[in-house]
Amino acid sequence: MSSSENAAQLARSEPSVFVYEWPVRLWHWINALGITVLAITGYFIGSPPPTLSGEPSDHYLFGYIRFAHFAAGYIIGVGFLFRLYWSFVGNKNAREIFLHNILRPTYWKELWHEVKWYLFLVDEPKQYDGHNPLAIFVMHWFFVWGIVFMIVTGFALYGEGTGAGSWAHTLFSSWVIPLFGQSMDVHTWHHFGMWLIIVFVMIHVYVAIREDIMSKQSIISSMISGWRNFKDYDSIPKKK
Amino acid sequence: MVETFYEVMRRQGISRRSFLKYCSLTAAALGLGPEFAGKIAHAMETKPRIPILWLHGLECTCCSESFIRSAHPLAKDVILSMVSLDYDDTIMAAAGTQAEAIIEETIEKYDGNFILAVEGNPPLNQDGMSCIIAGKPFVEQLKHVADHCKAIISWGSCASYGCVQAARPNPTRATPVHKVIHDKPIIKVPGCPPIAEVMTAVVTYILTFERFPELDRQGRPKMFYSQRIHDKCYRRPHFDAGQFVESFDDEGARKGYCLYKVGCKGPTTYNACSTIRWNEGTSFPIQAGHGCIGCSEDGFWDKGSWYARLTDIHEFGIEGNADNVGGTAAAVVGAGIAAHAAVSAVKRAQRKGD
Repeated sequence: MSSSENAAQLARSEPSVFVYEWPVRLWHWINALGITVLAITGYFIGSPPPTLSGEPSDHYLFGYIRFAHFAAGYIIGVGFLFRLYWSFVGNKNAREIFLHNILRPTYWKELWHEVKWYLFLVDEPKQYDGHNPLAIFVMHWFFVWGIVFMIVTGFALYGEGTGAGSWAHTLFSSWVIPLFGQSMDVHTWHHFGMWLIIVFVMIHVYVAIREDIMSKQSIISSMISGWRNFKDYDSIPKKK
Repeated sequence: MVETFYEVMRRQGISRRSFLKYCSLTAAALGLGPEFAGKIAHAMETKPRIPILWLHGLECTCCSESFIRSAHPLAKDVILSMVSLDYDDTIMAAAGTQAEAIIEETIEKYDGNFILAVEGNPPLNQDGMSCIIAGKPFVEQLKHVADHCKAIISWGSCASYGCVQAARPNPTRATPVHKVIHDKPIIKVPGCPPIAEVMTAVVTYILTFERFPELDRQGRPKMFYSQRIHDKCYRRPHFDAGQFVESFDDEGARKGYCLYKVGCKGPTTYNACSTIRWNEGTSFPIQAGHGCIGCSEDGFWDKGSWYARLTDIHEFGIEGNADNVGGTAAAVVGAGIAAHAAVSAVKRAQRKGD
């Protein structure tokens, strides 16, 4: 494929499209904040900060750490439910990370093109309104399922504290704990889940910044304004 | 005519007053209302006692040791006379052929009407040769008796989950009872050993009401295994305050701070130690200054270290935990990102130069 053909294929007929509706953007930034709080407090729950001296009645440090973790967990959980609802009523870009057609033959071809773009084998990435196929793949399989795993195991562990009869225990602990065998393994896997999400966030942030600089479409500002701008709109001759 | 529990107790020299006190204590221990004391007494007076065959597989007999130390001296006498321990090879008087004959006699007399209590578990590798009872693999004895019993009590972590002999790599393939016997109701009373009062209460409940107490999804009686050690731990205020023992014998250890950081498994262990305690309610591990090792949880031997909060992960060849493994992964990905960013920058510079 010559670069001129490539460019022609990538030509956009409009300078910008509206992609992310306000609930999607709000969800994104709430998640960013929530995951940050969860990762930091979660790490401390596994490896507590140094001991405080004095009377126990003077302190509630570990209680606050755990409270922040549970509160952020609730926000992420409720946010996810809302986002799931929005995937039904929102625009098509609100749906793509939950449901995408992996049987569409061009999907894998386009995904492969993106992989080659990251391996420096092609000069240009293709342009998409929403996520590119590789991004959808990672978003769906790592983030969406990753966060579902964290919500399910997280509320299962939370239900252990609230006890039998509480909603978290009935809905989650009662079957998640026996599924893993015992509570300790659920803790360990929940901990692994944190590192999976951290690795995801590292790649996500890096790729977003990189695409913003190197590809010809806006990424970071799109998640603030909702509009995706195509930088090469003026430079590419319009075919259609 | 088979003797009732009450008749047996009286014959053992227990006064009626002591008997009624025992009934009230048992009702309280089982979490039943005061009116149930009378029901228990009535059941004890009218019901013929159900015989129990107590088999021993691969185990250390700590369950029996615990059982015979049931805290209320009265309960001990009562239970030992109540359980017509027709067969219990470690504490029975008979031995050899006479002892083994009792099993067949009980099966014949009470077919489908006796309780099978199993302490320990059968090893399945090498045709079960790693545990021989009366010249035959234990698994054969277990299956034979289980065929005729009414229900099974899995005593301790061995019978419930496998315990130490089933720890990695489990060379004899020691297998918990519920994975060998599938067609009988099984109640698990895990612990290494289980608390004496829990054992006696479970037996009392089954014999009194002729059914199992309410069980959770893992087959454990809810009344003793629905809360974690952590939920009722007397050191919990130190946990919430963020006051931890950093190492044994430090200032925190002397002050009785929370043992979370030195590996206490209280937050992941379902048992009644922090409420009932041990040895007539004297103490329990955390009270003695050592963290809970989680002995009543499935696979607790493989969930070590007992002295670290995060579980060792063996799958990666070296000893590690979730933070070592996850941190390494994050570092590798971080290095990858840095390298990728560097190449990207070079490429971009090249293209600008073109």
